[in-house]
Amino acid sequence: MRHTISLLVENEYGMLTRVAGLFSARGYQIDTLCVGPTLEDGIARMTLTTHGNDHVIEQIIKQLRKLIKVIKVTDLTERPHVEREMVMITVNARQGEQRQEVLSLVEIFRARVVDVSTDAFIVELTGNAEKVVAFIDLLKPIGIREIVRTGIVAITRVVAHKDYQPKGNEETFSQISLNEKV
Amino acid sequence: MKMRGARILIEALRCENVKHIFGYPGGAVLHVYDELAKSAEELGVTHYLVRHEQGAIFAAAGYAQATGKTGVALVTSGPGGTNAVTGIANAFMDSIPVVVFSGQVPTHLIGNDAFQEADLTGITRSCTKHNYLVKNVEELAPTIKEAFHVASTGRPGPVLVDMPKDMTAQTCEFVYPETISMRGYNPTLKGHPAQVKRAVEAMIKAKRPVLYVGGGAITAGASDHVRSLAEKLNLPVTCTLMGLGAFPASHPQSMGMLGMHGGYWTNMAINNSDLIISIGARFDDRVTGKLDEFAKGAKIVHVDIDPSCISKNVKADIPVVGDAKFICQQMLGEVTRQLAAGAEMTDRQAWFDQIAEWKRQHPFSYEEDGEVIKPQYVLHELHRITKGQAVLSADVGQHQMWAAQLYGFDEPRQWLNSGGLGAMGYGFPAAMGAAVARPQDLVVAVVGDGGFQMTFNELATVRQYNIPVKILLINNGYLGMVRQWQEQFYAHNYSHSDLEVAPDFVKLAEAFDVPALRATKKSEVTDTIERGLSIPGPVLIDMQVAREENVFPIVPAGAALKDMILQ
Repeated sequence: MRHTISLLVENEYGMLTRVAGLFSARGYQIDTLCVGPTLEDGIARMTLTTHGNDHVIEQIIKQLRKLIKVIKVTDLTERPHVEREMVMITVNARQGEQRQEVLSLVEIFRARVVDVSTDAFIVELTGNAEKVVAFIDLLKPIGIREIVRTGIVAITRVVAHKDYQPKGNEETFSQISLNEKV
Repeated sequence: MKMRGARILIEALRCENVKHIFGYPGGAVLHVYDELAKSAEELGVTHYLVRHEQGAIFAAAGYAQATGKTGVALVTSGPGGTNAVTGIANAFMDSIPVVVFSGQVPTHLIGNDAFQEADLTGITRSCTKHNYLVKNVEELAPTIKEAFHVASTGRPGPVLVDMPKDMTAQTCEFVYPETISMRGYNPTLKGHPAQVKRAVEAMIKAKRPVLYVGGGAITAGASDHVRSLAEKLNLPVTCTLMGLGAFPASHPQSMGMLGMHGGYWTNMAINNSDLIISIGARFDDRVTGKLDEFAKGAKIVHVDIDPSCISKNVKADIPVVGDAKFICQQMLGEVTRQLAAGAEMTDRQAWFDQIAEWKRQHPFSYEEDGEVIKPQYVLHELHRITKGQAVLSADVGQHQMWAAQLYGFDEPRQWLNSGGLGAMGYGFPAAMGAAVARPQDLVVAVVGDGGFQMTFNELATVRQYNIPVKILLINNGYLGMVRQWQEQFYAHNYSHSDLEVAPDFVKLAEAFDVPALRATKKSEVTDTIERGLSIPGPVLIDMQVAREENVFPIVPAGAALKDMILQ
């Protein structure tokens, strides 16, 4: 099953390698990985997606928590959250009919045209992974010249469901609650 | 007071109460060595010049294994650091607290393919608990503080501090932080009370329990508590290779070591148990054999300070995260409470009788062969002569397994070896570290002729500082364990395991001015060991043993424990 894991890490030398190296050393897969600063100086947020059975995911989370400079690890898959990915696509747009087809897809998907040339558009779309994939699939027959995806970023919903309970023995781990300014 | 980085390092070592370090100089650490010569004595730090960086890390690890204190090593950049990697990986696998200081090329040359440059934080990232590159001299003291904290707390491990040459030359105010706060690192010590309660309920009720004790119990200093728990709950106890000595081998409830070369009775007990209580052990593949067949009928209580160890190989029914000593204390309290509340402990006489019967059926045994020296006999004699009191440091291979099976360790920190990594060459330098740390104790390095040839250069070191390591060389002229596997699993095809050409070890030791003795016949063994141990300072005892002796029992790689080969 696919999991979206959010990490708060000390934003210091070699941090990305520590996380990425853990995955390669232990034979886990990273599907996507996004890194960026937070409002707190010296702390970065990483969002990564991975897949595996429950046992593998449990190990991934425990091993990530074990890294000394990882502050907090949250498996967002288990809790209400919002996921988004951005994609930019250079797509063929040669004659009127083709240009019109692209534009109507852009409108249906609430994408945007960000660059226009005589025979191509660059279009930009933000959405969850399913939406991005559906958009790409529809543009493929028209002719995609180049594609760039950011990978997934995700954030917990403000109002968590009342009946939400953390799963398993999560609370037995050392956890540091961190008040990230919003 | 303002001082240069090199001095700050040594001041910091004093603050950490470090008395001994093992190291090897080179260009990138010359400022440090300059300062060592000037101020080490005044600050109470003694430096031992090893003959290879691997020996420095092994010695620091032996020092740590024998005492529980953090071992410290100092190496130069590039090859100094890469030579240290095996030692670091060993400390990582066996959770040994070691801090390694490495030199690095000056900051302005980093990434420039400079002379003796290697990306040491990159190279050691996957075999250290954590590592640091110091990029600002102001950070040096706080980094050292953090390094010692990380190395020695939680599940201990090696930490590397990489110091560019300019960091040891620049000056700043020396302030050693008194406290430490790390938002990403805060190991859990106390067990969850509800989990402890469930564990104790299971322990009281179990019909066929086994207490399975690993190196974590020694690390936590929990031996006494483990013993109380075992006695109070009447549990048979097995120790892992790393856990030997955590529970006295001579105790009537002791079953000795389990796993690939464990006793038949021990493996049968664990396989037929209905409850395994693991304390500071990690269900390593050499312990479990084939996982699907491992202790199928047993519930598992797993106590460990590292959550990632729990349910990694064997699914735990009752996980308890925390420090082994704390949790044993909690468990002891809970046992008293539950027994007072009327809980009835199951009678286990039948279970102990069954284990004794298994032991009677297939005890450890070997065949005598006239005047041929059997390695098992040497270890029996060593045990008898030293009254089981020596600190033993083994290398890796057959002799290591015989020592683990036969020496009978009654005290924690009496047994040093490379368990997880299985690094040949460990035994002798580790013994050197242990002998530096515990000058009042007899330290014996039990080594094979293969492993000893990897690190015997440290003979010069033990001679230089008169470090009283007694080297007991189990010399069969083979890479014995490799040969045994080739015999048993590769149809006697002894491919490159015969060390046909080897030095005359007595002459070799004498070349280093280390006294040496040799026994070639069984009747010479006792006298040779006794004479060797009575000589002050370092000594080498060359035991020319049977060439093709095998370690039994053996669970073939990937097989189930019940399928062990007995002879």
